[in-house]
Amino acid sequence: MATGKKKPLPRKKATVRAQPVNPATQHAVEQFLYRQAEILDSKRWQDYIDLFTDDGVYWMPPDPSHETWDGMPAIFAEDKNVMTVRMKRVLHPDAWSQRPLWGTNHVVGNVMIEKQSPNGDLVVRSRFHMMELRRDDVRHFAGSYLHHLRKAKDGYRIKLQRVDMTNAQAAYDYVLQVWV
Amino acid sequence: MLQERIPDLSKYVEPYRVRKEVYTDPHIFDLEMERIHERVWVYCGHESQVPKVGDYYTVQLGRQPMIMVRGKDRRVHVLHNRCPHRGNMICGDRSGNTGEFFRCSYHAWTFQHDGRLRSIPMMESGYQGTGWSRDNPDCNLKPAARVQSYRGFVFASLSRNGPGLLDFLGYSKIAFDDICDRSPEGEVEVVPNCFRVIQRSNWKIFLENQLDALHPSVTHQSTGRAAHEVEKEIEKRTGKAPLSYHMLSAFATVTIDKWDGFQTLNYPHGHCILTGYMGLRPKDPDTLEYERVLAKAYGEKRKEEILSTNIHHVLIYPGLSVQSPLQQLRAVRPLGVDKTLTEIWHFRLKGAPEPIYRRALAYYNLVNSPSTMINADDLENFWKCHTGLQSDGGDWVNFQRHFGRDTEKGGVVETGPNMGTSEAPMRNQMKAWAQYMATEK
Repeated sequence: MATGKKKPLPRKKATVRAQPVNPATQHAVEQFLYRQAEILDSKRWQDYIDLFTDDGVYWMPPDPSHETWDGMPAIFAEDKNVMTVRMKRVLHPDAWSQRPLWGTNHVVGNVMIEKQSPNGDLVVRSRFHMMELRRDDVRHFAGSYLHHLRKAKDGYRIKLQRVDMTNAQAAYDYVLQVWV
Repeated sequence: MLQERIPDLSKYVEPYRVRKEVYTDPHIFDLEMERIHERVWVYCGHESQVPKVGDYYTVQLGRQPMIMVRGKDRRVHVLHNRCPHRGNMICGDRSGNTGEFFRCSYHAWTFQHDGRLRSIPMMESGYQGTGWSRDNPDCNLKPAARVQSYRGFVFASLSRNGPGLLDFLGYSKIAFDDICDRSPEGEVEVVPNCFRVIQRSNWKIFLENQLDALHPSVTHQSTGRAAHEVEKEIEKRTGKAPLSYHMLSAFATVTIDKWDGFQTLNYPHGHCILTGYMGLRPKDPDTLEYERVLAKAYGEKRKEEILSTNIHHVLIYPGLSVQSPLQQLRAVRPLGVDKTLTEIWHFRLKGAPEPIYRRALAYYNLVNSPSTMINADDLENFWKCHTGLQSDGGDWVNFQRHFGRDTEKGGVVETGPNMGTSEAPMRNQMKAWAQYMATEK
């Protein structure tokens, strides 16, 4: 396809040069992300929802070029109400797809603070790797997180969690039942 | 050869039951590809997926890798994705723009958008006297035997024989009329995203589920109940919950007995329609504004006709499940006897107000995306169904619900009053299947 137009390079969004941050802030953010992963892996769904601000959004775009979830096709674009539907669904005794043994294991790393506001709010980028077991089948998912965190009295709350799956454009073998 | 390995298929389909091997035997699957999917009209895509000259999408028809491309003549062509030289696929990506012509990445043979050979390197010196030249149709990318669009939806058939597209679609063409007529301009354009989900089950299991009006309140009650609880809670707090909650809660609030109140209509070639149930015509300001726009475009009478089209789902056998009031469709691509890909598209009503698009988009995201809270339980059932059918605990799949109570008028089988959960659609699909499979040429 030599005659075809060259594909534009993906827009670089991550700043290579992270701004200098207080090691205590870096530590606190990393602990927050580790705790989030632990909450997901231990299926504490309400605790996960509670990590979000009241106007918080969990968003997984199907395409890395998307800049907003608003009015766009999205794999996930959930406020706390929709997240509550999802939680109540998976906890329902007749959620058939939840019957088989399944579980996940998240590892989060490459945590970079991209932006720090004077009020303590943060924009944080990280990478994750998630293994999922369902019956005897293992699936691997990997990608990046973008967290807009609001400073709270007892740590942080998520204003926006953007999840870019590396395989966002690939076919899904089965589906994603809960947040990644 | 294939035929020898397959027993007499006419004994495999009875009016209300089907042998399990029809779903699990890989030889029967191969014969299905030959006699059904590679013969009948199969959906390729929408013209708006390839707006510019050279735009292409690759698509699988039966077992055949194909290319749908917009030519310089502005027509949409469907070609076999295979270089006539050594068999290399011409397009390796799912979509893109090929520019002025196709060029094989192996030995640089080039082709026009309609498949005609453009050039071969060393055509004079290397191929003199071989018969390989621009005059030889064997040197072209082979086009699909027949390609035809209906209201922007492109179909191809890999067989020269058989009914024309409109004859094949018959009454089921209402799927596309209903989608397009809901636009004040009478046209839709694709929302540029395709959700693709793989099912670990035979393709027919998916199609048989689509119009199974009994399963939602069983399979989807967890999501329906959860959505209903949150819907009520939001209503208490704010007075009104968005329609998207109703789209999910309807799966539970419409109980088994109520499902019998709907109707399925079953047509020749295996196509079927399930009548509507989601109450997609509320009286909120957005809907009223949309109705005003439609009335302006079509007049009051025609607007009423369009909006009262009573459809939830149209199944176009053997490969398309259309939810026209929500402008969504799922194309079925069988990948193997136990593996099926669904390609899920959403369309925007040209000229309709933004909130109407967003309302349907909510359904696309919640029900049809890879994080679906509905299909998660369907796919679980499909896998269990397919795996269960390997069992020697029984030989048949049964479709007897409300059997013998359907009425037939002019080749159309209608379920009787309060028999909406009739398994008539499955019986109808298998009737078409048996007819296709019995046709050797």
